Amino acid sequence: MTLANDTPTALSAAAIAQAGSRRLQRLAMGVFCIFALGLPFVASGYHLFQFAQVLIYAIALLGLNILTGYNGQISLGHGAFYAIGGYAMAILATKFDVPYWATIPVSGLICFVAGFLFGLPALRLGGLYLALATFALAVATPQLLNYRGFDAWTGGSQGLQLGKPHAPFALPLTSDQWLYFLCLVCAALMFWAAANLVRGRIGRAIIAIRDHPIAAETMGINISFYKAMCFGVSALYAGVAGALGSIVVGFISPDSFGLFLSLSFLVGIVVGGLASIWGVLFGALFIEFVPNYADQLSDLFGESAKALPGAIYGILLIGLMYLMPTGVAGVIRTAPGLLSRLFSRPKRV
Amino acid sequence: MISRRTLLQAGAVSAAALASGLRPARAANAVGVTEAEIKIGQTMPYSGPASAYGVIGKADVAYFKMINEAGGINGRKLNLISLDDGYSPPKTVEQTRRLVEQEQVAFIFNSLGTPSNAAIRPYLTENKVPQLFVATGAAMWNDPKNFPWTIGWQPNYQTEASIFGKHIVATKPGAKIGVLYQNDAFGKDYLTGLKAGLGADHAGLIIKEASYEVSEPTVDSQIVSLQDSGADVLLIAATPKFAAQAIRKTFDIGWTPVRYMTDVSLSIASVMKPAGLEKSKGVITANYGKDPTDARWKDDEGYKGWAAFVAKYLTPADLIDSNAIYGYGVAATMVQVLKQCENDLSRENIMRQAANIKDLELPMLLPGVKINTSPDNFAPIRQEQLESFNGESWSAFGDLLQG
Amino acid sequence: MSALLHQIFSGLAMGGIYAILALALVMIYQATHLVNFAQGEMAMFSTYVAWEMIDSGMPYWAAFALTIVLSFIGGMLIERIVIRPFAHAPVLTIVIVFIGLLLIFNSVAGWRYSYTIKTFDSPFPDKRWFGNTLMSSHESGAILVTFAVLALVYAFFRFTPLGLAMRAAAQNPASSRLVGIRVGWMLAIGWGLAAAIGAVAGMMAAPIVYLDPNMMLGILLYAFAGAVLGGIDNPWGAAIGGFTVGVLENIAGAYVVGPEIKLSVALVIIVGVLVVRPSGLFGRTLVTRV
Repeated sequence: MTLANDTPTALSAAAIAQAGSRRLQRLAMGVFCIFALGLPFVASGYHLFQFAQVLIYAIALLGLNILTGYNGQISLGHGAFYAIGGYAMAILATKFDVPYWATIPVSGLICFVAGFLFGLPALRLGGLYLALATFALAVATPQLLNYRGFDAWTGGSQGLQLGKPHAPFALPLTSDQWLYFLCLVCAALMFWAAANLVRGRIGRAIIAIRDHPIAAETMGINISFYKAMCFGVSALYAGVAGALGSIVVGFISPDSFGLFLSLSFLVGIVVGGLASIWGVLFGALFIEFVPNYADQLSDLFGESAKALPGAIYGILLIGLMYLMPTGVAGVIRTAPGLLSRLFSRPKRV
Repeated sequence: MISRRTLLQAGAVSAAALASGLRPARAANAVGVTEAEIKIGQTMPYSGPASAYGVIGKADVAYFKMINEAGGINGRKLNLISLDDGYSPPKTVEQTRRLVEQEQVAFIFNSLGTPSNAAIRPYLTENKVPQLFVATGAAMWNDPKNFPWTIGWQPNYQTEASIFGKHIVATKPGAKIGVLYQNDAFGKDYLTGLKAGLGADHAGLIIKEASYEVSEPTVDSQIVSLQDSGADVLLIAATPKFAAQAIRKTFDIGWTPVRYMTDVSLSIASVMKPAGLEKSKGVITANYGKDPTDARWKDDEGYKGWAAFVAKYLTPADLIDSNAIYGYGVAATMVQVLKQCENDLSRENIMRQAANIKDLELPMLLPGVKINTSPDNFAPIRQEQLESFNGESWSAFGDLLQG
Repeated sequence: MSALLHQIFSGLAMGGIYAILALALVMIYQATHLVNFAQGEMAMFSTYVAWEMIDSGMPYWAAFALTIVLSFIGGMLIERIVIRPFAHAPVLTIVIVFIGLLLIFNSVAGWRYSYTIKTFDSPFPDKRWFGNTLMSSHESGAILVTFAVLALVYAFFRFTPLGLAMRAAAQNPASSRLVGIRVGWMLAIGWGLAAAIGAVAGMMAAPIVYLDPNMMLGILLYAFAGAVLGGIDNPWGAAIGGFTVGVLENIAGAYVVGPEIKLSVALVIIVGVLVVRPSGLFGRTLVTRV
């Protein structure tokens, strides 16, 4: 499938840019790997906890990005799948004594089924209507988790306490270090799978569905199947992330999965860059750290501003969108072009 | 590096234990305490769905500021680091770990929220960090045997609801009870407490339970359902906005049950007046503090002190905010504990003194209500007074009850 | 039976409020094909402005009118200053900007006015109309206001040159520019009108739900559901959708599943309807051109 505007010159220019950016990409990846692997030996337990959260959010964002960024289906309710994953993990571990590591794939599969089933009716809904349906899911989730009929399983509004796992095989690691590595390994696997998915046949199909559904259909792509699959896979990612989240935090309650979590996920993929695999890391960093900075910034304005972290977060968000409307990945992607345009036509940026 | 590895193998399980183990000089006796200051940590929902409670943190900070301006405690200034957790338990865990491991606070004070405090309790227990006067009314904080580092403050919701239950059985044995409750830990505790108070024999008196979500605009529909059930007693376990709606709606649809209401919503200015003073007549509550909007305290010394404090350290809107008064009271309790500690500010002693408060009276508690703790009593305030609303202010009836 | 009537009428009363806010959503949707998530918080803020004026002694209707004017100006300014720079940004970027606005308004209102609830006066006399015990006079009045707003919105789009120009600008910006319509200003006016209508919704809702910084969050959700259910490109549809959601929710809570999960059930029903009629009950079906 070639794109209509790929003239030969554009192609060769793109090829050169690609070769350059590939080298850069390798370098960045190397630096990143060293950082990710070395971190546990220099950072404190508290920082490791934070970075484990970043990895967890990154996995969830990756799932949402497959759905929204690559397939063009908007979801305002991914917190729901994150919650299902988290609760699946907690219930399996506390009620069925399943070892915590084994709950991760199971939670993912449960979410895959849940996502696939949700995706079936959602197939008929496009754009705004899908946004409403998923928004409804986000709003309903904490209430359903609170539902008294499920109390025996979910622990109701009091939630469930989980023990903190220690490193296995007598590895000389603290439990924070171990949990960080667990998240890192899971994240690496999930990233690898996602990168393969979107580059392969399936990836091309789901992107084609996003860009031109009718053309895609006439080319023989089974739209309903791919869309529902996309929902399933996306939920699987959220579910794995949710399970890891429960393990790392060691506690779960309906309040952990409010509407704001779902909105944060959306914020994360837009900040990171839609339809970008690596961008989600930036998105995850943003949703993990920026609320803390907003809180600290509000301190700077004196005691009476203590009530304002929400507003400061909002301002930071809008400001960032203003500077990078296509997210961090978008800036990185267009940076070379942007620079050359800057120099050739200084008046129009 | 070697010493670190050995330490790790020696079985230090968490980085927190590691951090404190590595700094014996400071950690041996009094973490977070120097000659000049006592470092205290706290998480509060300054953003997010529960941000109305953020004013508690603001009042705590302001109270400590007042103490500091008067010279501090034994020459030490109180430095309260109050962080936003957006009412999300994972964030509470993160911020609390920051306070304990990075800021090296002496203890955690008055963090808000039932789920948030439940989430950090195992961590604080494991690391032997006091979790003092948690800002939640759940019943789970009075458990010194299993959680010797965690202590509550206010009378818990279950106790209060059970007082109502006993009162109903005593005054109206054939009552048909309807309950309006918030669908979360707060509302559900109320339901549990009410059933306990009624006792097994009278549990059948509850004929209808209707819940609401905080995201709902009104509870009108629930009130209509409750009326339709034929109930003649209504228990309102709702936060101020919904309590005011419930009081008004019962009156408007011509329903006249005996109405019991949680003390969370007893503010005259922000519940009874919005609901309508006439419409609120006869509402019964169980209370332990002074409502600043009740005219009967106008010349009370305690109230005057509160008003002066607000004028100097807070904003005018906080004067009638019951959450701000809550902070005022709990911060004063904290100061008392730190005074009792004298110069031994180790975590052990702070916890020991928190569990050793004797008959402390506070300016904004009802006359006669005293704070008492002991090694097997981690519920500081246990007394409550039944009061009914006469259209202008609350008037007490009966004796001070011990929950 | 009387309980059922009570449920229906109290549903209609809230439904009227959802309907007004739904109309505000329609206003911006007409112009930009986006749903403004900050609409509810903007309305809440307008209501606080009105409260401040009434509190300082201004007569109700003067404050009412002034609030509408100020909200109109405020809405236009937001479009010009905050939204305009994103004119060519991806859709989701603008959605994130809406979320940012929502957070800002909510947090600033809490900071400036505190979270204790405030009473907001009703313009209608505290006396039941025609011996009607099912609804308070304010609730009846609010429904009348809903119809008035609806009629105005309908007439605006149907009969005024400005309304026609706005519709044109939304449907075909390029051609509109060619016939001399200032498309940018049309967007700003759309935002201004939406903010003004939202202010009416807030001032009608506040006497029922009380004024506090979170008062519109739930209402926005229902208004959104109502607008989508009725068809968001159609003012009548959106208004009927708002009323339907109000009643449906009460009935579901009181008779079908109990209040604990009534919201979830109401939403499931709405989604169910949308699956059958993907563009809403009264919306236009769009035909995609290949």
